[in-house]
Amino acid sequence: MSAATRNVLLFAAVAGLIVLTGFTQSWNAALAIVNMGLISAVMALGVNISWGYAGLYNIGTMGFVALGGLATVLVATPPTEGAWRAGGFRIVAALVFGALVVAAAASLYRRLPKGGWRRSAALAAVLVVGFYVYRLVLDPAVAAVEAINPALQGNLGGLGLPVLLSWPVGGLLAAGAGWLIGKTALGLRSDYLAIATLGIAEIVIAVLKNEDWLDRGVKNIVDIPRPVPYEIDLQSSPAFVSFMSGIGADPGAASAIVVKLLYAGLFLAVLLSLLWLCEAALNSPWGRMMRAIRDNETAAAAMGKDVTSRHLQVFVLGCAVLGIAGAMMATLEGQLTPGAFQPLRFTFLVWVMVVVGGSGNNFGAVLGGVLVWYLWVQVEPWGNALMALATSGMADGSPLRQHLLDSAAQMRPLVMGVILILMLRFRPQGLIPGK
Amino acid sequence: MTPFLIGEAMTGGYGGADILNGCTIAVEKGEIAVIVGPNGAGKSTAMKAVFGMLKLREGSVRLGGEDIGRLQPQQRVAKGMAFVPQTENVFTSMTVEENLEMGAFLRRDDFRATMEQVYALFPVLKDKRRQAAGELSGGQRQQVAVGRALMTEPSVLLLDEPTAGVSPIVMDELFDRIIDVARTGVTVLMVEQNARQALEIADRGYVLVQGANRFTGSGAELLANPEVRATFLGG
Amino acid sequence: MGFLDALVAFANYVLLPGITYGSQLALGALGATLVYGILRFSNFAHGDTMAFGTMATILATWGLQAMGVGLGPLPTALLALPAGILATVLFVLATDRLVYRTYRTRKVNSLTLVMVSLGVMFVMNGLVRIVIGVDDRQFADGARFVFTAAQFRAWTGLTESLALRTTQVVTVALTVLVVGWLHWFLQRTRTGKSMRAFSDNENLALLSGIDPERVVAIVWVLSAALATLAGVLYGLDKSFRPFTYFQLLLPVFAAAVVGGFGNPLGAVAGGFVIAFSEVFVTYSFKKVLGYLLPAAWQPEGLAQLLTTDYKVAVSFTVLVLVLLFRPTGIFRGKSA
Repeated sequence: MSAATRNVLLFAAVAGLIVLTGFTQSWNAALAIVNMGLISAVMALGVNISWGYAGLYNIGTMGFVALGGLATVLVATPPTEGAWRAGGFRIVAALVFGALVVAAAASLYRRLPKGGWRRSAALAAVLVVGFYVYRLVLDPAVAAVEAINPALQGNLGGLGLPVLLSWPVGGLLAAGAGWLIGKTALGLRSDYLAIATLGIAEIVIAVLKNEDWLDRGVKNIVDIPRPVPYEIDLQSSPAFVSFMSGIGADPGAASAIVVKLLYAGLFLAVLLSLLWLCEAALNSPWGRMMRAIRDNETAAAAMGKDVTSRHLQVFVLGCAVLGIAGAMMATLEGQLTPGAFQPLRFTFLVWVMVVVGGSGNNFGAVLGGVLVWYLWVQVEPWGNALMALATSGMADGSPLRQHLLDSAAQMRPLVMGVILILMLRFRPQGLIPGK
Repeated sequence: MTPFLIGEAMTGGYGGADILNGCTIAVEKGEIAVIVGPNGAGKSTAMKAVFGMLKLREGSVRLGGEDIGRLQPQQRVAKGMAFVPQTENVFTSMTVEENLEMGAFLRRDDFRATMEQVYALFPVLKDKRRQAAGELSGGQRQQVAVGRALMTEPSVLLLDEPTAGVSPIVMDELFDRIIDVARTGVTVLMVEQNARQALEIADRGYVLVQGANRFTGSGAELLANPEVRATFLGG
Repeated sequence: MGFLDALVAFANYVLLPGITYGSQLALGALGATLVYGILRFSNFAHGDTMAFGTMATILATWGLQAMGVGLGPLPTALLALPAGILATVLFVLATDRLVYRTYRTRKVNSLTLVMVSLGVMFVMNGLVRIVIGVDDRQFADGARFVFTAAQFRAWTGLTESLALRTTQVVTVALTVLVVGWLHWFLQRTRTGKSMRAFSDNENLALLSGIDPERVVAIVWVLSAALATLAGVLYGLDKSFRPFTYFQLLLPVFAAAVVGGFGNPLGAVAGGFVIAFSEVFVTYSFKKVLGYLLPAAWQPEGLAQLLTTDYKVAVSFTVLVLVLLFRPTGIFRGKSA
């Protein structure tokens, strides 16, 4: 069968699995999987852009996704009363000052002659004094902002704009961070780049967890506005209730499903547009040049192609897509919980998606995203069922049995690991191979 | 008299097209044999074939009358062959002495005596025995490389372009050393770009062109041959 | 008097924790750096290998404790270590045989091996969680202190006090022993030298008759043993929670890279650099400065460079800075 037919069948198979879950468990669960699966597909797409097009290993996925989530907070949540007056502007001034200090240090580093103590002394002086002044300006402002209604707020709040706007803003924020990081780190060798991006993601998450004035840190933001109606609002709308009763559906359950369907529609629209853009870019002259660079960097450089700036472009684009995914995820969950950003769940799982789906191929990334997310969720109920079956022979109330049943939830990483190892061994090009 | 080491009618390559086309290289015991020829003639390939680093489609390799064609390079080392690659032929982060120790890795007996012999052959190595090999000059490194190969007390020493990239003075010195090594009874097979100087010290010379023997004879014969001189030795 | 107090406070809150944590990181980094030097890839499963080793040792410790076996003032876990190391070594050798070996026959990109090690990481992570659960486990027993803060105060009469925990002494002692042994092994024994040769120039090592499979097996054994030891010492000192060990992967890599990836001496140095950076940058110098500076200059706040929450970020920042300005590390590890 032709490649196209096989790909269609693969997507149909995944769809079939989801439908099966709808029947055997609940449509609510199935749709939840669909929504998060669509978001995962976008994340996988973002990772695929930098790896598949340019061979760049971005293991900092988590950081860029988190920045997208931050964007929803900064754009869509209402501003905190009096926060800006109390210290907001001062905080911004301090940050700008900090950036200037770093820029001054960087330019000093380049201007002064190498070696000798003069350059190191000057740098040390600039950084130490700059740091001290920065803290002097920042600390009281931060304290002031965090003192405002700390139980519920204690942060600057956002701009109060529509939440859908935060999605492209999330992309821009992540792209900006990606540009900074790419400019400094893309010169590194590939596995050093991987470790560096991992580290930077950890730094981003640490900042999000600790700078309460920005996003309440680990106290979390739990009231991010939505682009779709609340279930409660649907249930209290007479038109909705009568329509649902008319087709024989329970309004309560139906409201949940409808909301999820609306989200799914939004996410699907974003995914399809991104996919279309990526495919168009891949087949454009720009895309062909990117692939030429990926396949033989030395030759491309010898032909005068500016490899570094191309790599930077691709890296930034990949980060932008990750940012959009992060914003979508925060919108879906309605909250930003920095503590939930675990490397295992984000960075590594997304890489499994790309490897399984097929690196270098956008459709593969999407397929991998949805399929692996589906498996990640389903391994828990399946694992529980399997463990219950396996321990059915044991005595009821035996501690070993209880322990094994409890730990069924931990089977997820185990199964993911085995899948990853098997795929890399027997089908390293993924389900839908790249070009 | 059968030659001590002979690669006979060798044909083969690295998997694609044939690089060697029925060429024969033979060395008598205690001789210095040199393989010269234009670039791409298959000189290094012929020597690597004798060492077992590529599969021959046709032909055979015999050492001391024994067919060693099926043996892997490591096994041929155990039979008494030693190979010095052209590049990356020393352990740069290890001292000269440690390099020699690694050369003797396959030996389970006391190799102190052999090490002293190597130091006698290459006095500069004894001076620098505790220095890292990577810090030595090009010519000194080549001596370490050859010394490493000599630690197994081989019967045959294969050298792949030992004077590549060294200055003329160092090249002369290296050739002197190679003669010293041959005098201790080790048979030497050498591939060289510097054809004239190499043929001057050679007992037997092979000129290869496109993987086949073009001229064969003693070093002196080849040096006197007008065709050889015109084509490869610059007249 | 003020100066001595400052010194003691500094020793208690910065020096001792730094040395202890640095030793633990050094051991962990040694395991990672050996694998990188010989097998030429960054083993992302190393943190979870530490967790696996610690888990095995904990189970053996419980077994010993149940049998009433103890080690007096020292933690029983030390007796259980050999069992834990053996279990981890067997598991790691099995993963090499089942997973990594096929990639040695075909030339693969080191990044493919990194991906594979991610898979191994997932599997180990899951296994540890299934076997021992995700909760915090304390398994240190025996005497807690060599001398307590109160005893120190009684001896010296200073206001500030220093407490020396048994686990700190055990950590440093074992680290010194192990690092010393490893140095001797690599520099003085035939096998150790052959491993250095293999790391230096693989083709030449093969030509010299060095058996690659043997070298690979020894590297895995050493790496697993070092990981187990590092994990157990860390767990004795703090506590064991599988999630924490995954997080340790990152400072361990930072330590190895900072010191020069592939260079064992670098791993040890890197371990201390990272540990001291973390402790130093997040330590509140209020107390120390309070003893040293005259009353008029007393700091108002905690006099911390960064809050304690940023400990994780510190090792990364150091790593990123080193990668940008001196990528081969302090001691020039492998560059390719």
